Amino acid sequence: MDTVKLTAKEVPELYLEAEHITPDVFAGKSNQEIGDLSVHMGNQTYKLSDYFTVEGKAGAIAAETKIVIAGDVSKVKYIGMKMTAGEVEVLGNADMYVGAWMAGGKLLVKGSVDSFAGIAMTGGELIIEGNAKNYIGAAYRGDWRGMQGGKIVVKGNVGSDVGSNINGGTIDIGGNADVHLATHADGGTIIVRGVAKGRVGGQMVKGDIYCLGGVERMMPSYKYDHTEEIELDGKKMNFQVYFGDLGERHGKKKGEIIYGKIYIATGVSETTSAKVTPRSEKKVHLSDLQTNQLASALKEMKEPSVQEVRTYIFDNFGVDMKPSQVSRLISSLKR
Amino acid sequence: MSKTITDVVCPFCGTLCDDLIVTTDDDGKKILGVDNACAIGAEKFVHSSDHSHRVTRPRKMQEDGSFKEITYEEAIEHTATILAKAKKPLMYGWSSTSCEADSVGHEIAELCGGIVDNTAAVCHGTTLIAVQNVGIPSCTLGEVKNRADRIIFWGCNPAHAHPRHMSRYSIFPRGYFTGKGAKQRKIIVVDPRPTDTSTLADVHLQVEQGYDYELLQALRAAIRGEPLVGDVIAGVPKETVYEAAEILKSGRFGVIFFGMGVTQSLGKDHNIDAAICLTKDLNDYTKFSIVAMRGHFNVTGSGQVLGWQFGFPYAVDLSRGFARYNPGETGAIEVLKRQEADAVFVLGSDPGAHFPMRCVKEIARLPSVAIDPHITPTTEICDVHVPVAFVGVEVGGNCYRMDNVPIEARKVVEPPEGMMSDYQFLSAVLDRVKELKAN
Repeated sequence: MDTVKLTAKEVPELYLEAEHITPDVFAGKSNQEIGDLSVHMGNQTYKLSDYFTVEGKAGAIAAETKIVIAGDVSKVKYIGMKMTAGEVEVLGNADMYVGAWMAGGKLLVKGSVDSFAGIAMTGGELIIEGNAKNYIGAAYRGDWRGMQGGKIVVKGNVGSDVGSNINGGTIDIGGNADVHLATHADGGTIIVRGVAKGRVGGQMVKGDIYCLGGVERMMPSYKYDHTEEIELDGKKMNFQVYFGDLGERHGKKKGEIIYGKIYIATGVSETTSAKVTPRSEKKVHLSDLQTNQLASALKEMKEPSVQEVRTYIFDNFGVDMKPSQVSRLISSLKR
Repeated sequence: MSKTITDVVCPFCGTLCDDLIVTTDDDGKKILGVDNACAIGAEKFVHSSDHSHRVTRPRKMQEDGSFKEITYEEAIEHTATILAKAKKPLMYGWSSTSCEADSVGHEIAELCGGIVDNTAAVCHGTTLIAVQNVGIPSCTLGEVKNRADRIIFWGCNPAHAHPRHMSRYSIFPRGYFTGKGAKQRKIIVVDPRPTDTSTLADVHLQVEQGYDYELLQALRAAIRGEPLVGDVIAGVPKETVYEAAEILKSGRFGVIFFGMGVTQSLGKDHNIDAAICLTKDLNDYTKFSIVAMRGHFNVTGSGQVLGWQFGFPYAVDLSRGFARYNPGETGAIEVLKRQEADAVFVLGSDPGAHFPMRCVKEIARLPSVAIDPHITPTTEICDVHVPVAFVGVEVGGNCYRMDNVPIEARKVVEPPEGMMSDYQFLSAVLDRVKELKAN
């Protein structure tokens, strides 16, 4: 395999769009020809060699080409877009659309990436050693096909909307995931080794989500079905299996309804269920009798401050309310 | 003697009331009174005809921060120069002007390779994303008036934001099939707080702030007769969710109106996505529609014009010569936050008052122009402020109501002498940009 080394000369003033940095475009080209490829910044077109030095040699075909990108490319978009074979290695951070619409080959980012990495990916391997932002392996806007094949590995945390509309392939997240994991999923597998924040599998029709660190707050439209022992990474683990999303339509196979499944590792589920309690239950409420008493007391107090009312509630009913809650209570009583 | 003008369109909110009666003096220069309008709409008419506090000529910011009056020609030259020189100008706003002006503005953006974004970016843009994902079963407000007997207000407060919406279309009017008016309608309000709208509701679902998505999905499951997990769903007792589902299913024709409470709280487009799917589900049992409560009087029109010209309703990036759209990358806030733009042009909007501070600082840092009849936080930080005539008061123009019905706004009074409309100003800028780009 032949290697081309690109070294970023300077950080661009605005963001650089470099969709030509893929083994498919580089293959069979001389360094001069690679340097003459276009990159875009706003409405201006530049040469790749204006921003990068090109060293090494490209292979004859994409599968024999490896691209190593050194220097600061944190303001470069579209690295490895639509690549079908070969290898790309980014030594630092990269911006949006890393490996977008990727169909094959291997793309490794040693740092972190911004949003839209691996959107609508159909094959290959995308490995991000740092963190990734939103819409990893999701669909492009308006499309109903998200990730359809291949594998995405993020060793750090991910943002929201990861795996929207996923219908194939695997996303493996080493850290935590923000809200809206696998929304509208119609297949595929997602593994979250940290904590999933919530809204996991909203509107999911089909697919598997493994949450090893638990889910902070489950969707109300998922039902607990059974406990199952499953082998993951060569280790057998017990999982609680939830079926859903009950709000969605589901197809039937051999007379049985096919649901999306969320697997929550047991052991963590106990801490999970504690977190699952809605916040409103923790809130303190006054009974109707107490509210009436407070309403008449308010009339006597004549324009009391929030703190005065709070003290009154604490002295008379022994309830410690938050100031914001008290002010809301006052305004509702005034109505 | 005074003149009376009937059937005037109100250029304030997306309801675009078209039954206003405006009384002017004989010369057609001063507005004496406005009938039928809400307090906000009437105020817009009355205050625009008081010229004493208005800026009538463009102003340029000096080095010490004060403003110096310049001519319209200088302002046109300045605007055309910064737009033609920029690598990626951001052209934001477009919602408080007519469709004709929007169209000219977009032509400038195409020539300069800029980004066009409208106020949907901080408002109903998420709705448009959801519509693209799952479609939208919608109807006009006339149908709501004549047929609807189930009304949901989700995350909106029309009593304050769209004051005549409830009396003209949604709750009180007696229509063709709704002869008993409010008595015939069941109202559901979903809002974390008690509001003036919720006092009119039959069922007030006090959802826990930021958990609309959970409640929507629970409602969908309840409509299908599926079991729900937990006694309290997103702050609402389970029984109330089932009760609400029953009310919705039992109606003859229902409408969901939704506002910024769902479009800009946690989940954003997913909330609307779920709400549209709920509407779709309810159509298995009865007839249901969903309508967005748009804010600015012509924000819908701006989306319509962009959609007609470039295929996308907002956040359109034209920098590469073809239209691209990806909110999250090409939206005004992201572009400013990530410092992707190198010039800012604002028309008919006030990002200075509504954008995050980091974005406002970025507008102040970059070469910028603001076109606005008023003095606003945005005009105070932009290099040049160009005052223009009020659309819908001093110039006419096409506008779109919140349900995508086009309505022609009318001219009522003359603008202050020598003042340009935004259509005239943009046309002049376009001509100048063409000259600059030709060289």
